[in-house]
Amino acid sequence: MASNTTLRVVEHHFTVYRSTWRGSLVSSFLAPVLYLAAMGIGLGSLIHAPARTSHLGGLSYLAFVGPGLLAASAMQIASSESTFPVMAGIKWLRTWHGMLATPIRVRDLVNGEFVWIMFRVALAAVAYLIVLTLFGIATGPMALLAVPAAVLCGMAFSTPIAAFAATQETDQGFVLIFRLGVMPLFLFSGTFFPVSQLPRVLQPVARVTPLWHGVELTRAFVLDRVDWVGVVVHVAYLLAWVLVGWAIARRTFERRLAQ
Amino acid sequence: MGSDRPLLVEARGLTKRFGSFTAVDGVDFEVPRGEAFGLLGPNGAGKTSTMRMISCVSPVTEGTLRVLGMDPAAHGPEIRGRLGVVPQEDTLDLELTVRENLLLYGRYFDIPRSVTAERADELLRFVHLEDRASSKVDPLSGGMKRRLTIARALMNEPELLLLDEPTTGLDPQARHVLWDRLWQLKHQGVTLVLTTHYMDEAEQLCDRLVVMDDARIVAEGSPQQLIDRYSTKEVVELRFAPGEVDRHADRLAGVGERVEELPDRLLVYANDGDAVLAEVSSRDITPAAVLVRRSTLEDVFLRLTGRTLVD
Repeated sequence: MASNTTLRVVEHHFTVYRSTWRGSLVSSFLAPVLYLAAMGIGLGSLIHAPARTSHLGGLSYLAFVGPGLLAASAMQIASSESTFPVMAGIKWLRTWHGMLATPIRVRDLVNGEFVWIMFRVALAAVAYLIVLTLFGIATGPMALLAVPAAVLCGMAFSTPIAAFAATQETDQGFVLIFRLGVMPLFLFSGTFFPVSQLPRVLQPVARVTPLWHGVELTRAFVLDRVDWVGVVVHVAYLLAWVLVGWAIARRTFERRLAQ
Repeated sequence: MGSDRPLLVEARGLTKRFGSFTAVDGVDFEVPRGEAFGLLGPNGAGKTSTMRMISCVSPVTEGTLRVLGMDPAAHGPEIRGRLGVVPQEDTLDLELTVRENLLLYGRYFDIPRSVTAERADELLRFVHLEDRASSKVDPLSGGMKRRLTIARALMNEPELLLLDEPTTGLDPQARHVLWDRLWQLKHQGVTLVLTTHYMDEAEQLCDRLVVMDDARIVAEGSPQQLIDRYSTKEVVELRFAPGEVDRHADRLAGVGERVEELPDRLLVYANDGDAVLAEVSSRDITPAAVLVRRSTLEDVFLRLTGRTLVD
């Protein structure tokens, strides 16, 4: 799959990233520090021992929310990388049309874009993990698996969203995705509190969102509380989203860029 | 026709449809190596759709197309590797510098870095952008961006350069700089295919052209052939105050070979412009302004379609 032409598409991003990586690196570290300080330590100080044992499985709130935030930020980064840049490539800057006038094919473009987004999410996940380690939450080597878990979680959003983005004429649809999709998921998919705290009817809804699976997966790895059957289920579920999204993206990109 | 040079583009019954809309309707043309070939026509005539099919990004709906002797449907990437494409709208990377744009574009063709570096410098000199090499693209003028786009399209040393309205939106001076560069390329043996709705551009650059109107080709030949075939040697332009054109048109019956009526003037086609002028004054017609000029492709277009090119 990683043909030479796909790599050229990735190379394009690296070239652009070379001039912007500093800012992106700073925010990659700053975001987890701020979130963990506010949510984990600030808010967490209000959550006392009885609540921990009954609802958080004996975890401190910082330990509970930390890995959840890692998965949630993977979702956010992957989602924004799959919306506005798609519009820029197709319409605003039209750079993709320039690329497609060369031996690069639409499918190389799709693959290259997704490889790049994986890299971006992985980079952010590594930064998050370093911060989680500094906060004393991530300790064992198992925590390293949280990076691929975060990438998988991010791509479960990236591929279907990019597939959708390629069908849009304006960025108004993206606002809907963020307000009605990304934002509610961020709040209600087990990042900040266990899904079991939701009203009974909403619990199954939360459990079909890719983010819930991503959160469960990263939390298991970061805290080294791995149930391998659960891991297989989460990975398979997220992978299904990624692959279906990828296949649809190929079609929508083709339809949009090779008319 | 009858040339023994290899054909770089060969279209037979080439058709492009978008749903029920036919953008290109069964056109035939060919471009031999070394020629500067123009597709001339007003906006919406099907020029860009034709161009996009030749550049192997838009699939052919019907008919056959061979580019560099190959079928775009089967050999798209291979053909594109040997084409240079200057699109109508710029597709430059605004966040990158002028030189980086060239280097990166060369990489899309799998050209080794050492070679792209050398070519980038060479091309920057060719398009007179060497002193802007390390500035970002965004603040460049329209003419500079176009020149950069042309340089970029030359990174893979293409055999065939496709230019879609290369000078639309540029000021006259920038257009002349660009024409000069294209003229130079032509003399280096690069085959050019360009679309334009500017007559002067077509006359300056094209060895041969087709006139497109409403998705079809309505005429074909060298600029001079087209003028000889569809127009007279000279044209007398008679300008009148608004609303008076009609009245005078009737009184010109029998003068010249043909009279075209435009909103603000009458065009009298004749081989002897002075004779027309004499006849006009003998009939007591007094236009606000008079101009005798040679026929241009604009006149050809008017004759063929009854419309002006740029309205």
